Amino acid sequence: MSQVASTASVPARRSAISGDAIFAAVAVAAGVFVLVLLGAIIISLFIGGLPSFRAFGLGFLTSTDWDPVQHIYGAAVPIYGTVVTSILALLMAVPLAFGVAFYLTELAPAWLRRPIGTAVELLAAVPSIIYGMWGFFVIAPFMATYIEPNVIDTLDGIPVLQDLFAGPPFGTGLFTAALILAVMVLPFIAATMRDVFMTVPPVYKESAYGVGCTTWEVMRSIVVPYTRTSVVGGIMLGLGRALGETMAVTFVIGNTNRITGNLFGSGNTIASLVALEFGESENGSLKLSSLLALGFILFVISFIVLAISRLLLRPRAVRA
Amino acid sequence: MSATAAAIAAPNRDPQVATALSRRRERISLFVKALCVAATAVSLLFLASILYTLLHLGLGGLSITVFTHMTKPSGDNGGLLNAIVGSIIQTAIGAAIGTPVGIMVGTYLAEYARASALGNAVRFVSDVLLSAPSILIGLFIYQLFVNGHGYSGIAGGLSLAVIVIPIVVRTTEDMLRLIPLALREAAVALGAPKWKAIVFICYRAALDGIATGILLAIARVAGETAPLLFTSLGNDNWSIDLGAPMSSLPLTIYQYAGSPADDWVQLAWVGALLITFGVLALNIIARIALRPRR
Repeated sequence: MSQVASTASVPARRSAISGDAIFAAVAVAAGVFVLVLLGAIIISLFIGGLPSFRAFGLGFLTSTDWDPVQHIYGAAVPIYGTVVTSILALLMAVPLAFGVAFYLTELAPAWLRRPIGTAVELLAAVPSIIYGMWGFFVIAPFMATYIEPNVIDTLDGIPVLQDLFAGPPFGTGLFTAALILAVMVLPFIAATMRDVFMTVPPVYKESAYGVGCTTWEVMRSIVVPYTRTSVVGGIMLGLGRALGETMAVTFVIGNTNRITGNLFGSGNTIASLVALEFGESENGSLKLSSLLALGFILFVISFIVLAISRLLLRPRAVRA
Repeated sequence: MSATAAAIAAPNRDPQVATALSRRRERISLFVKALCVAATAVSLLFLASILYTLLHLGLGGLSITVFTHMTKPSGDNGGLLNAIVGSIIQTAIGAAIGTPVGIMVGTYLAEYARASALGNAVRFVSDVLLSAPSILIGLFIYQLFVNGHGYSGIAGGLSLAVIVIPIVVRTTEDMLRLIPLALREAAVALGAPKWKAIVFICYRAALDGIATGILLAIARVAGETAPLLFTSLGNDNWSIDLGAPMSSLPLTIYQYAGSPADDWVQLAWVGALLITFGVLALNIIARIALRPRR
């Protein structure tokens, strides 16, 4: 390179070319660094979890034990808790988010759209630990006093439901954790839905209004079919967020390693278990390795969900 | 209006049936609209409840000693000084390391790799990292830098940097893509090399947007708790040594909120109030900075 440069006839041009080459190289290196970063995260978690995978094999995924005394660890309970709270959170958050997005794109007067949109987005900016404190000090007592005893009484005697909504009405547990998660992922889903609803060409909606459709019919027959893929992508994005949420869940989940089958009972999630048990794990212990193995499992699940979300959101975003 | 609509939809029907049908459709629409307004109201109620709780329980404990005293044993009139300073240091490290990397990656995606396979892979991975659970980034930094070396403030800062990068990447790329091609062509036509066109023309034109991204990233990591659990650990004493465990506001809140001591819980609420309103203020400033662009 320097030899070529020394034979160049115009010195100013030479420095400009090498400046370009250096800048481009730094940019490419930064891009590659991001790929390396993701690879390093996966590999480091896998290596950390390897002793645990070796000790328990595939049984790690199905075992419900978490016994630090006898050094037997299994991932089934936290995986169950993670999946149940996340799905339940989506069941609560998606209708709300749809309502917010519908309101913001079709119903709200123009001067209200920006402030309400900003307020909903601020909900996403509140730190996770604040949700945890709010959940523990405000929502859990509210649930314990007003919601859970009444729900248990009302559903008493109805098969399936009475078992599902059973458990000690302490206010903490899977259901409350899911409720907090729902509030946390609501702004992400609502913002995505609002953005994709806005990409519907106005002429489609105007045509539908023109043949006499009501606002709801336009939404159901024009906007939703047009944006279906992206809406599912937005929901998957919310799911990805819910799966790995840590601090908020840690406060209200109750942390017991048991699958009870009811929703008011306590449980744990992968993230909450890691956060709560990490401090009590000795360096190099099988317990620490099991926590890292759980982290690896969580990463794989989140990666798949987020990847699907990206793939669903991408094509429409480009066309818009 | 409704009669005309019904007539078009069902021309052969008895007008009375058509009117009834039209009324029914309008009623359904009205019902759904009401549900949507209710959903929006409920969502805003959540935000209001959080802010009210913070003000209600946090303001009472807010005093000058919060900013002048260290964290102390319960009953000792402690403050949050070391936690606040620790948070600022670690957030600053995270932003200082994450921002340049993020800007370079964003530049790569917008200027060099618009549709290349490598570019698409980098964009995809960066988007996944944007939503990846922060607790796993904490475990990653633990495995890489803490395991065997001990907890440290720099490890906490590094874990926050990993969270900063994808946020800055996203906004930098989006903002650079908004810059008209003509601006770059004008620079190149004057004889400027590509890197000068990017640094002196594109960055300058996209400055508002890039700054917004950095502000949002700082707001995000300032409240992060989970990654710090495994990296900087927390410290009850004054320490600005980057090689030693370092205190931070979120970790102190976490420790105090779960304690049985009333004065610690009170301090946790004060800390929660400070951090939430700080983060929300940063968000609002960032949004206002972005507004002229739209």
